[in-house]
Amino acid sequence: MMTNPANKPRRHFLGRTGAGTALLALAPGVKLVDLTLAKDEDEPASDETRWGLLVDADRCTTGCRACVSACEEEHALAKTSRTQLDPQWIRKVDLVDESNDRSVSIPLMCQHCEDPPCVEVCPTGASFKRADGMVLVDKHTCIGCRYCMMACPFNARSFVHEEVTGQKSYSPRGKGTVESCTLCVHRVDNDRTPACVESCAVDGHGALTFGDLNDSESTVSKTVRSQPHRELRPDLGLNTGVRYRGV
Amino acid sequence: MTQRLAIVSLMILSFSASSIADVTLPSYPKGKGKYCVEPTDVMRRDHFEYLMHHRQISVHLGVRSKRHSLVGCVDCHASQADDGTYISVNEPGQFCRSCHVYTAVKIDCFSCHAAVPDAVVKQ
Repeated sequence: MMTNPANKPRRHFLGRTGAGTALLALAPGVKLVDLTLAKDEDEPASDETRWGLLVDADRCTTGCRACVSACEEEHALAKTSRTQLDPQWIRKVDLVDESNDRSVSIPLMCQHCEDPPCVEVCPTGASFKRADGMVLVDKHTCIGCRYCMMACPFNARSFVHEEVTGQKSYSPRGKGTVESCTLCVHRVDNDRTPACVESCAVDGHGALTFGDLNDSESTVSKTVRSQPHRELRPDLGLNTGVRYRGV
Repeated sequence: MTQRLAIVSLMILSFSASSIADVTLPSYPKGKGKYCVEPTDVMRRDHFEYLMHHRQISVHLGVRSKRHSLVGCVDCHASQADDGTYISVNEPGQFCRSCHVYTAVKIDCFSCHAAVPDAVVKQ
C-alpha cells in the first residue's frame, strides 16, 4: 500500500549533491544557492545536519526562568498534585566555584549526545537518536521501565506519573512514558528555533544559540569554532550537541 | 417435520431481525470539507495502517507530511459545540468513539494525543 521511505532520502541526497557539484563547477568560489536548504515536510531528517545548542553562561542570569517557562508552555507541562514528581525538560542549575565564589547559572536539559547512553540501554528501541542528532523518545514503544533515566548522566529525563490532559497536537504526552527535551523538534522541522531559545532572545539575554553544528556558516558552529566552550562531563566522551560557554 | 422446520426458521428470522434492530449503528458529525484524504471505504478498512505508517516515518525519520497524520484527522473531524469550543473526537457519539464502540475496538491514541485541534492563539 505504501512506498518504503527509506529509499527516498538517498535519491534526494544524490540529486542534491549532483546539483551542488554542477553549480560549483559553473561558478567556482561564487555561492549561488545555500546548499543547506530547508527541509521539505515530506523529506526525512538528514545526517548531514547535526542540531546543536550553545549556552552562554555569561549571559544567563541567576533567577531568570524564561526558558523553563517557555518550555512548559510550549509542551503543556502542567503542574500536577505531586509537584516533586512533575516532569522537567529544562532545569536551571546554579554552580558555585568554591575557590573564588564565582557563581554561574545554566539551563540543563537533554544534551543530545552523539553516543547517547539512554539509547544504548533502552530495551524496546523507544529511546532513539534521529539522523540529525536529536535524541528522542518514541512514546508508542516506551514501556516506562526508566532504564534511560538511570543511564542519563545529566538527569535530563522525566517519567510521567500522572494522567495528562490538554496536550498540544505537536507534543503528545502521556502517563507511563519517559520524556525529555526534544529540542522542539516540531518547530525545528518547520524552520523555527526551539521555544527556549526564542524566549531567551525576547527576554534580551540571548544566552542560547541554536543551529546546525555541521554547517560551517551557522552562528552556532562559528561560535563553537572561535570561542572557548565545553561539554558537560567531557570525560564520558558523549560528544554532546549542547555546549556551554563560561562554565 | 416440515412444520417443525418452518417454526425453527421463523424463530431464527425473528431473532436475527430483533438483534439487528437493537444495535445502534455509528453516527457522528460530518467532517470538514468534501473528501477525506483517501476514499471512505479505504479509510474505514485501513486508517490504522496509514496512521501506523505515518507514526513510524514522522517520529523516527522526521517526515512531516500532513496527509495521513493523526493531527490532520482531528483537525477535520473534531466537531464544534454551539459556543464554538471543540468537542473531543474521543467523546461518545463523536467521530472516533462512535465507530470504535460499535466495533468494540479500544484505542489509546488520545491518552497522549490531543483529541481537539490546537486553540488558535490571538495575537
